[in-house]
Order: sequence, then structure tokens, then C-alpha cells
Amino acid sequence: MTVMRTPEQELARFRARLAVAGVVALLCFGLLVARFFYLQVVRYDYYSTRAEDNRISLVPIVPNRGLITDRNGTVLARNYSAYTLEITPSKVADLDATIEELATLVDIQPKDRRRLKKLMDESKSFESLPIRNRLSDEEVARFIAQRYRFPGVELKARLFRDYPMGSFASHVIGYIGRINDKDLERIEESDDAANYRGTDHIGKSGLEKSYERDLHGITGFEEVEVDSGGRAVRLLRRTPAIPGNNVVLTLDLKLQEIVEKAFGNRRGALVAIEPSSGGVLALVSTPTFDPNLFVDGIAPQDWDQLNTDLDKPLLNRAIYSAYPPGSTFKPFMALGALTTGKRTPGQTLADPGYFNYGGHRFMDDKVGGHGGVDMYKSIVVSCNTYYYVLANDMGIDAIANFMRPLGFGQRSGIDLPGEAEGVLPSPEWKKRRFKRPEQQKWFGGETISVGIGQGYNAYTPLQLAQALGAVVNNGVLYRPHIARHVVDAKTGEKRTIEPEPLRTIPFKQSHIDLIKRAMVGVNKAGTGSRAFAGAPYEVGGKTGTAQVYSLKGAKYVEGRVAERLRDHSWFIAFAPADKPVIALAVLVENGGFGAQSAAPIARQALDYYLLGKVPAGIAAEDPAAEESAE
Amino acid sequence: MNPRLDPRRWLHYLLAPLDGPLTLLILILIGYATVLMVSASPERLGTLALNTAVAFSVMWVAAKTPPSRMMSAALPLYAIGVLLLIAVALFGDVSKGARRWLNIGVTRIQPSELLKIAMPLTLAWYFQSREGMLRVRDFFIAAALLLLPVGLIAKQPDLGTAILVAASGFYVLFFAGLTWRLILPVAVVGIVGIGAIVAMGDTICQPGVEWPGLREYQKHRVCTLLDPTSDPLGKGFHIIQSTIAIGSGGVLGKGWGKGTQTHLDFLPERHTDFIFAVLTEEFGLAGALFLVVVYILLIFRGLFIAAGAPTLFSRLLAGALTLIFFTYAFVNMGMVSGILPVVGVPLPFVSYGGTALVTLCLGVGMLMSIQRHRRRVGT
Repeated sequence: MTVMRTPEQELARFRARLAVAGVVALLCFGLLVARFFYLQVVRYDYYSTRAEDNRISLVPIVPNRGLITDRNGTVLARNYSAYTLEITPSKVADLDATIEELATLVDIQPKDRRRLKKLMDESKSFESLPIRNRLSDEEVARFIAQRYRFPGVELKARLFRDYPMGSFASHVIGYIGRINDKDLERIEESDDAANYRGTDHIGKSGLEKSYERDLHGITGFEEVEVDSGGRAVRLLRRTPAIPGNNVVLTLDLKLQEIVEKAFGNRRGALVAIEPSSGGVLALVSTPTFDPNLFVDGIAPQDWDQLNTDLDKPLLNRAIYSAYPPGSTFKPFMALGALTTGKRTPGQTLADPGYFNYGGHRFMDDKVGGHGGVDMYKSIVVSCNTYYYVLANDMGIDAIANFMRPLGFGQRSGIDLPGEAEGVLPSPEWKKRRFKRPEQQKWFGGETISVGIGQGYNAYTPLQLAQALGAVVNNGVLYRPHIARHVVDAKTGEKRTIEPEPLRTIPFKQSHIDLIKRAMVGVNKAGTGSRAFAGAPYEVGGKTGTAQVYSLKGAKYVEGRVAERLRDHSWFIAFAPADKPVIALAVLVENGGFGAQSAAPIARQALDYYLLGKVPAGIAAEDPAAEESAE
Repeated sequence: MNPRLDPRRWLHYLLAPLDGPLTLLILILIGYATVLMVSASPERLGTLALNTAVAFSVMWVAAKTPPSRMMSAALPLYAIGVLLLIAVALFGDVSKGARRWLNIGVTRIQPSELLKIAMPLTLAWYFQSREGMLRVRDFFIAAALLLLPVGLIAKQPDLGTAILVAASGFYVLFFAGLTWRLILPVAVVGIVGIGAIVAMGDTICQPGVEWPGLREYQKHRVCTLLDPTSDPLGKGFHIIQSTIAIGSGGVLGKGWGKGTQTHLDFLPERHTDFIFAVLTEEFGLAGALFLVVVYILLIFRGLFIAAGAPTLFSRLLAGALTLIFFTYAFVNMGMVSGILPVVGVPLPFVSYGGTALVTLCLGVGMLMSIQRHRRRVGT
């Protein structure tokens, strides 16, 4: 088949097709113009905004974290500037080869590589990420000399957190660590996300956590023009960062140090507070740990060691562990008896050495009993029978109702995270605590044990110190606090953490005076007399022993019981007796009888706090100087 | 005065082969390119001047070459082009993941560029040689001549060039009288289909909407093209940035040298394929319309030349070359403004790049030659 046409027909058809082509071309260009119109006129505002957003990038300026100092200005947490080697992965052709090369100049451990890998997964490729922190001067010099060989690798000066006291007061100060997903969630919930742009670290425990808001400061910003690679082209505006506030504590680091050393390698806790303000003078939990380990991500082996240690060094026993108060509960019981009118000071009990209740014989420590016992004597000699009978007479509800306002079994509201509630036993508590109906019932016999601070009783050392402080402060109970001022790092302006009286319990002055006098008697003629022999100040105290292990009727002989099953040793004290400036509670885990291990620690603390006496082996002056000189 | 030294004679000699309207339009376009280059990439102005000089020389030579000589060069050029393409496939240098360049010792050449001109030339020659005895069979032979190099180029892979070469060949077939019965159904289905997808992209790309006859991944590919924001870090990035540049230009643009997208490096390939984004960002809709008008004038001048061309060969060649200019312009602006997929097609006479400029000017020179020689034959 041929397609024969005359030349004229050919030409006409060709010209028709030219016309078609012209029309199609016009239509296509029309489509383009419509598209341009859409983009440039209809959606102009949108794209204009997009272009603006593209142009300006806010680069955060991380503020300096505030310092933490004790009441005398000893620095507990600070920052120091050090060099860190950072890599921008997108600017490095062969990352592994570059790191290999770098390793010939600076020490790069496998954990450094692991951390970089992890950071790379979490960040954009144009961000600069640390490969090695805290370079030595020698390493810095070596790198600078070879710097030209490493495009995309930068030496940056950065601030690192440092705890110059090492493990001293570590439970109080806490530590900071890299922000994790959980922290991030919290930051976002509190609308702080913008303020944490550029921040890598956040307070994880202790004051570092509870005063995070003050310590962190306000992030500044540099407005820069950037290209799509994120590189800054030009600085437009700079809003400097506002450094974090310094936190000054009520804590006396020297006292803290003396107590920590007095504990030696024993486990335990001490809380000393100023009764008239709630200010915490010392808050010790032993064993301690070195918070510096956490700052740049704790090494796995260190973490395992801290976590698997039977002594649980990470546990803040002072506020998180609750123990039965033992006989230290007796002064409070006595005050309760007076306040509720169940006893008068002179009412005397003939103590046969036991108390029978419901077919069970509750024993006294002293075989044969203490003879005639009035309230004063019951505290001085720590007579159990007196309190068995008293508890039975008061009943569990009256006991619980009296103890509750003193803060027993409730969080004190101290400015530290992770406080435990403890247990103030009551029928209601038992109903809440147990599920099965037969377990929920309160038995009268249980009340008897509560009377001598055993049974379900469980309080933190902080709660005991707080309660004692309230009693010797004539019923005014303060919220304990460790921070005294928050100081603006720039202006030096102080914001005082005002002592916060939570409540005033209406005690009769005569009742309080009796209890105080009896406790002074404890240290003069009673269970605390050995520890406080020759003390030039008047000090009230009470020993206590908390059972760890029920001997089921057998006589407790310390040497025969495994160390960790021995009784906990308690001591509470206040001084000077007429106008107390310090109230404390000491607990030595498995320390045996309270007068034996806990009371001497209290003596050392009071000797220092009241007399300035420093035990042998501890520098008389500024422990910080000695520590940092090492 | 020696008449040989008379500057007016020299000027006449230089200007005589050139077509006035075409020369003016090309000068406008290259002037536009220079203005944009000052903003986008001033360090390349020297090379641009050199490229322009070379391209104008080529155009002048082509304009002086009579169509009959072009016709005799057609088949050899085609043969060389195809052989070089095969050589590239076997020994070519790989650059950016594609094998396009052939190192011939002195320099590297890109044979696919040669085909952009050789293809319409060859097909026009073929139809000229069959003039008066054209059979349907001839269209199949022409199609085969077309598909061999297109296939080789597409395999490199260089989709942009393959499309341009295929288009240039198709235009010859179209003007040679390829039956509407073949063109229309394909065109209608294509236009309706693409139109429907583009118009309803937002709704039909919703998850859960099933496309009859297509699998999920095929749907995803089309949808990524329609909505680059669904893949902002991948291929969508260039398109997102160039549409931001265009859109933020507004009616009058941000002003010469004030395009933030351009100057803050957000625009990819801003002096080559994406120069249109620079233009619209800095000169706005007004600048874009001006360019479109220049292209329309260029195309209509070309179509006018084709309409007046004396021989079948020159008619087909002129028509095809003109539509190639159109294709370059449409595909480039379409891709930069986000309505066509990103393929490597430069904006004709504006994008920086010596090879493309020379090829385009060669085409313009051929058009000029056809226009100049229209009365010599056929009277």
C-alpha cells in the first residue's frame, strides 16, 4: 500500500500539522504558566514562608551549668573547660579510616567508637559529634600539628561537669548524664524542648536533678543564615545564653565528711537538720560512689559493679530506705501518751520483765524487768514493757493519729528526688497494703510491737530526724531542705529558699521538756552514757535497735548471727539540750545495739558541729583543697 | 580604500547567513543567561562567553551550509553517532553512576549529544529519499532507525537525552505524515491519564486507595513524583527546593542577586538544569512570562521557516528542530516547577553548559540555512 499524494496535498497536510504542533506548544506553555501562577501567586505566602524558614537557622548556645556549693562555699559541682575532638560524619569521606588515623595521634578506645556510632544513629550527618572527650594537652598538641590531614575533624573547647569532692556527698549532689528518651519525654512535657536544644546532659539524680531548672540556665541562640548543608553562612543575631544559677546548700561539707569517714566501710545513713529551719546539715548514705563516673556515660563495667555490689552504693539510704525505728520510737510514744492523756509523767509501772497479751509473752531486754518505771525512766533505760502496755492502752489508731503529723510514714518533701514514704502502721494501712481479707485484719498483738518501734514500723532516717527536729522545736515541723540559696550567676542576686514550716503541732511545753530531759538522761546515765561520756555540751539522745531477723524466741547473741542478719543500730540526738541547733538520726545497718555503733558516730558529728572538733585523720581545714590537690 | 578592508562588507559577510529574528531571540536568551549567571555563578561568566563564542561560530557555519550538504552528511553522522554509542557502552567512562562519556585521548565526548541533531537529520533524509513512494513500511524502518540509538542512550542511563532524541525522531515521523489513527489514541490516553493523576493526586494517593491494575509500589512511585514532600530527603529534595524558589519569587521576584534559595545553596545545580528556579526566584512570574514569550516567538519563527521550506527534507528538519527547542524548554520548566519528573534536560540557551549550547546553536544555524536557501530550490 502506498500513500500517494500530490505535492500540494503533501504541503497542505504538512502545514496543518505545523499548526497542530504550534497549538500543542502553546497549550503546553499555557500549562506551565498556569503552574507558575499557582506557585507564585496563589501559594506565594506559603512558599515565601518556606523560603524564610530555609534561610534562618537557630544555633543554640548552651548555657554554663550552675555550681553547687556547701554552706561555706566549698564547691561540690563545677564545670571545667576541656578539649574534645569532634567529627562531622558528612564531611568525612571514610569515617573508619579517619578514626583509625586519629587513633595514631590520640587514644581512642573501643568504647569511644561505640559511643560515636550510637550518636551517629541519633543525629543528622552534618552535626558534629564527639569522638574523644577531655584530651590531654599532649594529645591536643599532636592533633593540632596534624590537623590539616583531617578535614571534618575539629578540636572544640567544651565545658564538662566535675565533682571535685569525688564520692563525698555523692547521694546529695547526684550526677548529670546524657539525655535519654525518658528525659526527652519529660522535657517535652514540661515545654522545655527549646531550652534543651543543644544540651546533651541533664540532672539524673540528687540535687543535680531536683534543681535542674535552676542549674541549667537559659539557652541562647545564634540566628545564622545557613545553606541546605546546614553550614552557617552569616551570623544575623546573637542572643547570649544565661548561665544557670548556682545552688548554695545548707549542707556543711566538713560535717558530711566527718560522718562519712566515721562510718568507715559500714553501711548506713545519717541525717542532721537544723530544727528551727529544716535546713539539712548533713545527709550521709554509705557506701558512696563517684558521681564523675556518670558524666559522660558510665562504662558498662563500672555500672555492673555499682549495681551488683551487695552494699548497694547507689542506694540513698537516708531518704529511700525505711527501717523499723526500734527504741528511738519510744520518746515519740511517750510524748503521744502525754498528749493524748493516756499517761502522766509520774504514773509508774511495775515491770516484771514481760507483758502477756493474747497468749504471747512480749519480753523486756532486761531479764526480771526494770522494777518501778515512770516515763522518765522508761526512756532512760529503754524499758520495753512500759511501751508494750502503753501501746495497748493507746490503741493503734491513737498511735497512728499522733505520729502522722510528725511526718512518720509520709514523704517529707525534701528537695531531693526519690524519697520513700515508709510505713506508719494502722488498720487502714494494712487494708491498703494486703489483698487477702485474712491478711487485712489488724491484730491487737501487732499494736504491742509497734509500741517499741518494731513490727510494721518502717521509717527513713530523714523522717526520724525531721520528727525529732519538730519535737525539740516545740512542735513546729519544717520541710527539710538542702538548698539554702539559689544565686544568679551573673548578678549575684540571691533567692533564699525560705524555711517552710509545714505545721505546728500543739504540744504542751511541759511535755516536751520532760521528753527532752529524759533524752538528756539517756546520754548521762542511760544507754548513751558511754558514747557521750565527757561531752562538754548537754545532749539529748536515744538508742535504738531494729530487728532484721526474727529469732523466734531464741536469745539474740550478736556473734552467732551472720553479719547481714544482725540488728540495725539506731541513734537519734539533739543538742544543745536547752536550745537545739542540730537534730540528727543515725542508722548503721547490721550495727547491732544502737549504743555500740550508731551513738559514737553521732558523738563525732556533734563534737564537730558544736565544738569544731575534728577527729584525727581528717584535715582540720577545707577538705576541698586537700582533695583537689591529689 | 581597499574594498577587502571595508568594514561594512565584512559586516555584511558575517551577518548575511544569519536570520534576523532568530538571532535576536537567541541573543535575548543568552543575555538573560548572562544576567542570571552573574547572580548564580559569576565565576563561570568567562566560560559562558567562550561557550557562546564557540556556539555562535558553529551556528554561523551551519547557517552558511546549504541543506543539500547537510542531507549528504546525515547518514554518516548517524552511523558515527551509533558506533560511538556502542563504544561508550563498551569502553565509556563512568561518571555519577552513568556511562556517558567516551575518552578519545584529547578530550571526552558525549556521543548522545551528536544524536540530538543527527537523528532528525537522518530521518528527514530518509523520508526525502522515499519522497513520492512512501509506504507504511517506511515508518517502521524510520522507527527502527530511531529506536536503536534511543535504546543505547536510555541504557547508559541518560533518560533525559533519550527522551530528547526520541522526541526529535518522533517529530520527523509526525511531520512526515504518521497516521493520526496511531497518534491520537496514544495522545488522548496519555493526556487524559496524566491529567487525571495530576489533578486528583491528593485524593488518589491517600493510603488505602487502590489503583486498578497497578500494584502498591507502582502507585507509590507515581505518588512520590506528584508529591515530592512524601520523600523529602530523597529525590524530592531538589523539587521541593526549586518549587520553594519559584513560589517565593512571587509576581516580581526577590530582585537580581537577592534570591535566598539561590544564594544559600538550597538550589541544586543552580547554574545548569535548575537555572529556571533562579530566574523565577529573582525575577518572579514576570521574568518567567518574559522567557516563555521569547520561547514562543522562537518556536513560531521556526514553524514559520518550516512552513516556507522548499523541500521535504528541509521542511521535516525545520519542523523537528523547532519542536526540539520546544521540548527542551517545556521539559525543563516542567521539571523545575514540579509537574514533570526530574530528567537531565537543560533550559535551552539559558542553562550553563557548552555542549548543549553548541548543539542548540547548531540546530538554530540549520534553521537559518533552511530559511536562507528557501528560494534557491523549488522554483
